[in-house]
Amino acid sequence: MFEAAFLGLAKVFQLGNFFCLVIGVIFGIVIGALPGLTATMGLALLIPFTFTMTPAMGLIMLGGIYVGAMYGDAIPAVLINTPGTPAAIATTFDGFPLAQKGMAQHGLVAAALASAYGSLLANIVLATSAPPLAEASLKFGPPEYFWLGIFGLTIIATLAVGSLVKGLLAGALGLLLSTIGIAPIGGDIRLTFGYTELQGGVELIVALIGFFCLPEILSSFIAKRQATYSAEKIIPRFSVVREVIISLLKMPVLMLRSSAIGTIIGIAPGAGGNIASLVSYNEAVRWDKNPKEFGKGTIKGVAASEAANSAMAPGSLVPLLTLGIPGSPPAAVILGALMLHGMRPGHELFSTHATTTFAFIMSMLLAAGLVTVIGSFGSFLYPRILNIPARHLAPGIIFMTILGSYSIRNNILDVWIMFLFGVIGFISNKLKFHPAPIVLGLILGPYVEEGLVQSVLCGRAGGSILAYMFLRPISLVLIALCILSALWPLYASWRSKGKIGEKIL
Amino acid sequence: MMKRVMILALVLLLVGLCVGPLTVAAAGFPERPVTYSVPWPPGGQSDVEARRQQPMLEKILGVKVIVQYKPGGGGSLGWSELIKQKPDGYFICGINIPHIVLQPLARGDAGYKTEQLWPISLFQATPIGLAIMKDAPFKTLEDLIAHAKKNPGAITCGGSGTWSGHHIAHLQFQKLTGVTMTYVPHKGAAPQVAAFLGGHVKAIWGNSNDLVTHKERIRVLAFGTTKRFPHFPDTPTFKELGVDLLASIDRGVAAPPGTPAKIIKVLEKAFLKITGDPKVQDQMLKEGFVTLQMGSKESKTYIAEKVKVYQPIVKEFKK
Repeated sequence: MFEAAFLGLAKVFQLGNFFCLVIGVIFGIVIGALPGLTATMGLALLIPFTFTMTPAMGLIMLGGIYVGAMYGDAIPAVLINTPGTPAAIATTFDGFPLAQKGMAQHGLVAAALASAYGSLLANIVLATSAPPLAEASLKFGPPEYFWLGIFGLTIIATLAVGSLVKGLLAGALGLLLSTIGIAPIGGDIRLTFGYTELQGGVELIVALIGFFCLPEILSSFIAKRQATYSAEKIIPRFSVVREVIISLLKMPVLMLRSSAIGTIIGIAPGAGGNIASLVSYNEAVRWDKNPKEFGKGTIKGVAASEAANSAMAPGSLVPLLTLGIPGSPPAAVILGALMLHGMRPGHELFSTHATTTFAFIMSMLLAAGLVTVIGSFGSFLYPRILNIPARHLAPGIIFMTILGSYSIRNNILDVWIMFLFGVIGFISNKLKFHPAPIVLGLILGPYVEEGLVQSVLCGRAGGSILAYMFLRPISLVLIALCILSALWPLYASWRSKGKIGEKIL
Repeated sequence: MMKRVMILALVLLLVGLCVGPLTVAAAGFPERPVTYSVPWPPGGQSDVEARRQQPMLEKILGVKVIVQYKPGGGGSLGWSELIKQKPDGYFICGINIPHIVLQPLARGDAGYKTEQLWPISLFQATPIGLAIMKDAPFKTLEDLIAHAKKNPGAITCGGSGTWSGHHIAHLQFQKLTGVTMTYVPHKGAAPQVAAFLGGHVKAIWGNSNDLVTHKERIRVLAFGTTKRFPHFPDTPTFKELGVDLLASIDRGVAAPPGTPAKIIKVLEKAFLKITGDPKVQDQMLKEGFVTLQMGSKESKTYIAEKVKVYQPIVKEFKK
């Protein structure tokens, strides 16, 4: 295996291949940074080009795109509160407040470094222990996805700053929105009000742009009549890179935990980057000594989210390369590319095609390094966008939001939905409803619904629904986590009260 | 005065711009880029096929081919868009059977009607097989049927989607054999196969390419084909075992209703040429598919046939 790994590495360093890797990473960052263009789409666009390349070269380029996109999506998340892909949703929670404080560069550097770190760790896992992990991932069945979804919903308690009731209401609205369209089970048409176009349901990216990007524009430019997007003028400095490196080094636990969460969720075939970044962010808040810092602009939040979503990418390749089961939509495109080059996932990839496979894995390792370099230098460039006067920047952003929400499905209805959500988001912000729980409900609704109905079907066939849902080992662990997570706010408030009490005494 | 002349000139220019392409279109097809819409998200098998064909189509037709995605509603969004396009051959869309047959039957209003999609060609079939794990307690289809008869509903069968190829195969199988099994729908083939390999469902209705990928771990009981599937020469067809079941997912392309026969001919020829290429046939077979070479007329008859078979089944299970 070591031999194959070294041969693979040598392959990446061949001039043409390395060039393709660099191009891939840059292309991936651009695709990731444009809201509405996802990593999946960027990979699919490149597939015809890989026909004419050697399998290794094609895969190296695709690997570069995947890694690049997982960092690129942080750029608009930090700068204009719009996740470039759904996987960066949690990056906005602290990234955008950072930019508002004039610290956009801090956010961007943290995103680049954390992305590279997460990607690096997950790639090492992929290279060394893919087969046993893939087997373990198969243990995840319907009840497990159901409980993972419920666990995800407990994040509302963290996100709903101020009022739990408002958070739960917003979450319920999100769950309701997720039911629009064709029911995954039974095939009934729900809540389309006779519009056949709504049969496709609400597209997550459209909701993200609507709920996150538009309200900020409406409130800062139109309501507050700000001259520039961020209140502070941004002047990039070299020292920022050093500062961020030092502060990231001071949080090894957070970085390791976030990367581990991302890798594990990536390996589970049914869950993707958005859940990874949300769960990781939630755990970062939970275990921090000063949870109050989060949401107001701390690089810890950015790092937690980005390390997790970047670790998800190689994680999702674990079941793909060993079993042929893609762990995420972009991994599905890579599967298509493998098949077109006559490479069948499984033992073959690690024996007959071992050099090519390891060239692919090694290229992603190197791509992580490239992200560090490009991200650090880029951090001098991108934040200056915010210094552009609002009267020029705002129309530009609105134009991008329209383009982004249209291009995801080539559907004009999506643009109207985006505007509608934008207005709802603006009003709900004024009423102190955070939009995050709405989006959380929208993301997790399908997991919970499918997991539940499949569990009921399988459980009934096996004799007992309750036993099937509650008595499986992984389910039990997840149930315990759900209970702990739901009770945590009580504990936290008791803990902080205790501390204040001590001080008074 | 000057202003009026300018406005007149502008109007004439605009009229010219609008009329121009029309006259050109009549002269010879194709003269400008053709849009090939994929009604699925990027990365699915329909996309992979479109990407495989894209460079070849460009070579044959001599114009650019733009692949574009219109996912949603299990394909229905893309198909309801297709029927609203100008029937000039410059917009074509991938179609999947049985999806285009079952959606209008099951949903009432799917946004399009089956006969509104004018097939150009059907180029690929994915035979559907019924599979169990190698270590399962039963070894043959007869064992499975006997077990299912004794324990109605106890055997869980994973499939992809509701009112899909897998679902209809399941319903047909139950009707033909008189057994009851539990159909567990999944969102797409990947989670379905994962659930099967993990032992969460006892059997699956699997696409041939997935079954080929997992050949070593599974046992395919029967295929819904007319002839034995080349990758599994020892696996019988349902027909051989006395179950009159044909099940496959077929891919093709269609044009909007009203497209002139001449234009359809040009496109049909291009697609038939691609599937006639031994290299393409070889590639597809290796990946676990079967190439089809059905022209426009043949495809239309094939689709009409499917409507006739599926209509009563959907009606019976819908009530």
